[in-house]
Amino acid sequence: MIVAEHLTKYYGATRAVDDVSFSVAQGELAALLGPNGSGKSTLLRMVTGYFSPTAGRVSVGGIDMGGAPLAARRRLGYLPEQVSLYPELTVRRTLAFVAEVRGMSGKPRRRAVDDVVERCGLAEVAERRVGTLSKGFRQRVGLAQALVGDPDVLVLDEPTVGLDPVQTVEMRGLLRGLTGRTVLLSTHILSEASALCSRIVIVDRGRLVAEDTPAGLGQRLEGLGRLVVRVEGPAPEIASVLAAMPGVLRAEAMPADAMPGVRFLLVGPDLGPVQRQIGPAVVGRGWTLLEVRAEAPTLEDLFVRLVRPTGHDGNR
Amino acid sequence: MRSFVALFRKELRSYFGSPLVYLVAAAFLAYTGYYFHSDLLYFVTFGFGVNIMENFWQLLFIDIRLVLILAVPLLTMRLLAEERRLGTLELLLTYPLRDGAIVAAKLGACLVVIALLLAGTLAYPVWVYRIQPFALSPLVAGYVGLLLFAGTCASYGLFISSLTDSQVLAGFLTALPLLLLWLLSWNEAATAGTTLPLMRALSLFNHFQPFSVGLIEARDVFYFLFSAGAFVWGTLRVLEARQWLGRR
Repeated sequence: MIVAEHLTKYYGATRAVDDVSFSVAQGELAALLGPNGSGKSTLLRMVTGYFSPTAGRVSVGGIDMGGAPLAARRRLGYLPEQVSLYPELTVRRTLAFVAEVRGMSGKPRRRAVDDVVERCGLAEVAERRVGTLSKGFRQRVGLAQALVGDPDVLVLDEPTVGLDPVQTVEMRGLLRGLTGRTVLLSTHILSEASALCSRIVIVDRGRLVAEDTPAGLGQRLEGLGRLVVRVEGPAPEIASVLAAMPGVLRAEAMPADAMPGVRFLLVGPDLGPVQRQIGPAVVGRGWTLLEVRAEAPTLEDLFVRLVRPTGHDGNR
Repeated sequence: MRSFVALFRKELRSYFGSPLVYLVAAAFLAYTGYYFHSDLLYFVTFGFGVNIMENFWQLLFIDIRLVLILAVPLLTMRLLAEERRLGTLELLLTYPLRDGAIVAAKLGACLVVIALLLAGTLAYPVWVYRIQPFALSPLVAGYVGLLLFAGTCASYGLFISSLTDSQVLAGFLTALPLLLLWLLSWNEAATAGTTLPLMRALSLFNHFQPFSVGLIEARDVFYFLFSAGAFVWGTLRVLEARQWLGRR
């Protein structure tokens, strides 16, 4: 449904996206995953036709975005990263405007608006001005305007960013309810991509790094993770001992907290054996081991594995 | 076409949904009404022996045009600057609308508002006509001139509004050069001989003046239509600049 072929985008001399190809099949929910500044938004903007690519092509539902932009855009709903709506219009008026711009009028328009108002839980605020709504509701109106008229393809840029935890859960619920539609969303949260999407496209610094299912990524991530170790003793020596342990890519002291001892964060491709060796290594040197805790891998750890397997410059 | 109409209607609704347009209309009618009153009084008092109506129209239209120079920037400053500041421009540009349709809808709505303002000033000649009927053709020429003049100012304002996300800046940068272009050939004696023809060719005053005495000349119509077209073209290029600037 969405086919992106060899997309490259330059802004002046800066290359924001470099030869990225991917596709999203009919009815598939796909995530574009990458850290901030990796080119996700640029890619999405090329898919929506906001930008045209410097090289390569995009087609939506078989229609070439460069060749027939209006026909392609008619099949597409877009939620930008910063949801910006006209504050002076009411929710219903906003959605009616979008429906009209998409070519609907009269009864079909009213039906399309009523449909998304109900689907996105906006009935209670439908007559309120958008400018008076909370961030969570505004995000829902943003999703609703993308859904008006049932476009074949939805493109959602960071749909949960900036929402509080309750709003995030609600938003994810709405996104899960989009089954049957073709959705491409971007996120920098690995768990969100794995939980919502059937396919994950990973980009970094404008390049395609991997394209996989959540299960496939899970396999690649197996054993990868982070350990938090709390030790009482001389911090610099502990750090060098931990960093020298086989299987540890990186060991860094974490900011002090109210608890006793110094915390260290260990990152490595396979920390299982490390976890077992930490006890003897610390106690053997006469220091006190207070805590060893495994944490779920984050996007950063995934990048340690996929992008920078040598482990240098893990911080971005 | 339907998308264009939808945006055009939304633009009109935003104009009439905000207090600004009513304030501008009130000030516009108050100022033009004042000019009408004082210009008429002037000719009634000092106009012996001259063609009163012809000279009166000339003075009145030139005064109305000065009020337009101050009113139009207030109407154009929000057109694209506000979309930029709010961030709504990005969504607008991804709807099934051509850039040209967006520019046309915005400019069209602004011109409708300006036409309504000018229609309000028709009350003055109607009032005079009831007392003393006069030839209508100079009046028609004057209003054609005002519409063309306002169209050029509005296109220029739209262009400036596309360059910034600050409405205040857009308003200032629209009003100041319009005044300058108006004044360019104000004092011809103070202008160097070689630059005078150029000044005259550029001056808004020189191209508007024939309309105010009842003359519709092709080169003046062309001047206004061409400059309006140039600013619309410029606005489209600014919208296109997102391609290589990479921001909204």
